[in-house]
Amino acid sequence: MTAQREDALQRFYGALLEDDAEQLYDSAPCGYLSTMPDGTVTKVNQTFLSLTGHRREDLVGVRRFVDLLAPGGRIYHETHFAPMLQMQGSAHEIAFDLLRADGSRLPVLVNSVLVRDDAGQPVTVRTAVFDATHRREYERQLLRAKVDAEAAQARAVALASTLQQTLVPPSAPVVPGLEVAAAYRPAGRVGAEVGGDFYDVFQVGEGDWVVAIGDVCGKGVQAAVVTALVRYTLRAAAVQHDAPSAALAVLNEVLLRHETDRFCTVGMVRLRQDSEGWLAAVGCGGHPLPLLRRADGSVSTAGARGTLLGVMATARTIDTEVRLGPGDSLLLLTDGVTEARREDEFFGDDRVVSVLDGSPASAAATVDGLLDQVLAFQVGSPRDDIAIVAVRVPD
Amino acid sequence: MLFAHGFGCDQHMWRFVAPRFADRFRVVTFDHVGAGGSDLTAYDIERYSTLDGYAQDVVEICRDLGLRDVVYVGHSVSAMIGVLAVRQAPELFARLVLVGPSPRYVDDLDDGYVGGFSEEDIAGLLESLESNYLGWSGAMAPVIMGNSDVPELGAELTESFCRTDPEIARRFARVTFLSDNRADLAEVTVPTLVLQCTEDVIAPMSVGEYVVEHMPDASLVVLDATGHCPNLSAPDATTAAIDEFMSGASPARSATA
Repeated sequence: MTAQREDALQRFYGALLEDDAEQLYDSAPCGYLSTMPDGTVTKVNQTFLSLTGHRREDLVGVRRFVDLLAPGGRIYHETHFAPMLQMQGSAHEIAFDLLRADGSRLPVLVNSVLVRDDAGQPVTVRTAVFDATHRREYERQLLRAKVDAEAAQARAVALASTLQQTLVPPSAPVVPGLEVAAAYRPAGRVGAEVGGDFYDVFQVGEGDWVVAIGDVCGKGVQAAVVTALVRYTLRAAAVQHDAPSAALAVLNEVLLRHETDRFCTVGMVRLRQDSEGWLAAVGCGGHPLPLLRRADGSVSTAGARGTLLGVMATARTIDTEVRLGPGDSLLLLTDGVTEARREDEFFGDDRVVSVLDGSPASAAATVDGLLDQVLAFQVGSPRDDIAIVAVRVPD
Repeated sequence: MLFAHGFGCDQHMWRFVAPRFADRFRVVTFDHVGAGGSDLTAYDIERYSTLDGYAQDVVEICRDLGLRDVVYVGHSVSAMIGVLAVRQAPELFARLVLVGPSPRYVDDLDDGYVGGFSEEDIAGLLESLESNYLGWSGAMAPVIMGNSDVPELGAELTESFCRTDPEIARRFARVTFLSDNRADLAEVTVPTLVLQCTEDVIAPMSVGEYVVEHMPDASLVVLDATGHCPNLSAPDATTAAIDEFMSGASPARSATA
């Protein structure tokens, strides 16, 4: 037992003596050099010489550290490294390429400290140099991957915003005898993702128009595919069926047969012009009810809410007729308006009504005013899509 | 006196020099947009795609602060930014001090001009920038920004004073090292002092001499300092040289007087 311990102790001292200061310096597992404050090499260890192939006599007192760098690194040395050393007294993990004696490049990581005397004057710079060949190659790959990822992200954003544009009309159409205005804001940052809200305004016949608004559950490309399906199904169904409830029943059927399990809510208004103005038939499949503002400023809901579409075998929706005279308007919106949140508080129906209240405004002013208020209410980007459509019979 | 920092770091580059003039002059230091404590959101790719955009900023600073008879002290790339600012609004400036100026960093073989670098070298710099900005992340931006009012350098700021958004650094490097302002030199007639270090790998002696030769009223002072940043490595000599230039009457003006 004692003999064993004695033996271990012997080996320990043997190893300790092996690494005297000289060897510790010369054979350190990193290149090591000391320079004057101006960079002139004063001392260099064997590891540095082995790494670079330089001879000691070609460096000491002859060359500056900056002279050993590849040209691009020299600029970095002078514009970043040297100022950092002067200002901070040290610089860490700086990547340089050293020029070897044979002209080849050695990627290294460099740590330096500036030693000052008691008066604060710079005396020497000590620099440790680590071979970083493999690490640098890995970093290059990472940088390439980062560039690729950023390009892919940019393409995805472009694709999303292109797709988004197909879900709403490029601009609100001009309807003779009716003011039409609309607004659309997808959730989140612009172009970040395709929303599930949509609206549409289209003509079926002479003085016969449809305004539709809806919300397909979910977001992204899959939701957008369903949104496009909903929009075009409504257009086709409106040609065959006068009553919104009938068109919504067709849509329910189409969604059920489609492989998607996504459902949607739709508010649909068929507007027919007659001698007294416009007669609106309001149908609603689980969607927030349109708001009717009379010329006198009073506000009420129009229609009955009905069932979600794409869920039940039979959709239950009811058409409600509303006569629109001069100054009357209908406002259709999605729940991105009423459920806009500020912390725990929702924008809510009351705020929508209070925006509508007061002096009668044009369709455009109503939409703009409501959108401004909703966006101002929630801090930052909207968390849900917002769609608003207003139609108004001119005075 | 308006002190402008060069490519790489920020106005703290002047902290050993600028304060020494504060007893006699109104001293203004600033960070170029995209550097130091500047508002990175103000960085406009179009505006800062040429040195003229930076020169416009200098002119705007002078006008907004109501500066007159400005002594503009520009280090490194800001030397040429100063030359351009004088061209844009000569009425604002009384004197120019150009520290380590270079009107063109890349050699022009057709013209026999030696700037000291090849285009390949500049590509090497961009690579060097990229690998050294790996540690920069968006998380550092709030640390870097909004600290410009802190008189003493905080720990975070000293760590970051040579760092900014890598994309901006890359663009600034390109506009700095690929500009050619040789033709602008002759158009600047204000008395000019060129401060040159003995061994400057960024702006060699021959380039400093070129600048003096091509400016109508410029004189050269060679500092007993090596490297590209005498404002840090030799602040005494830098201050003394500027001092002498400021106190002495301009040779050209006294000659015509």
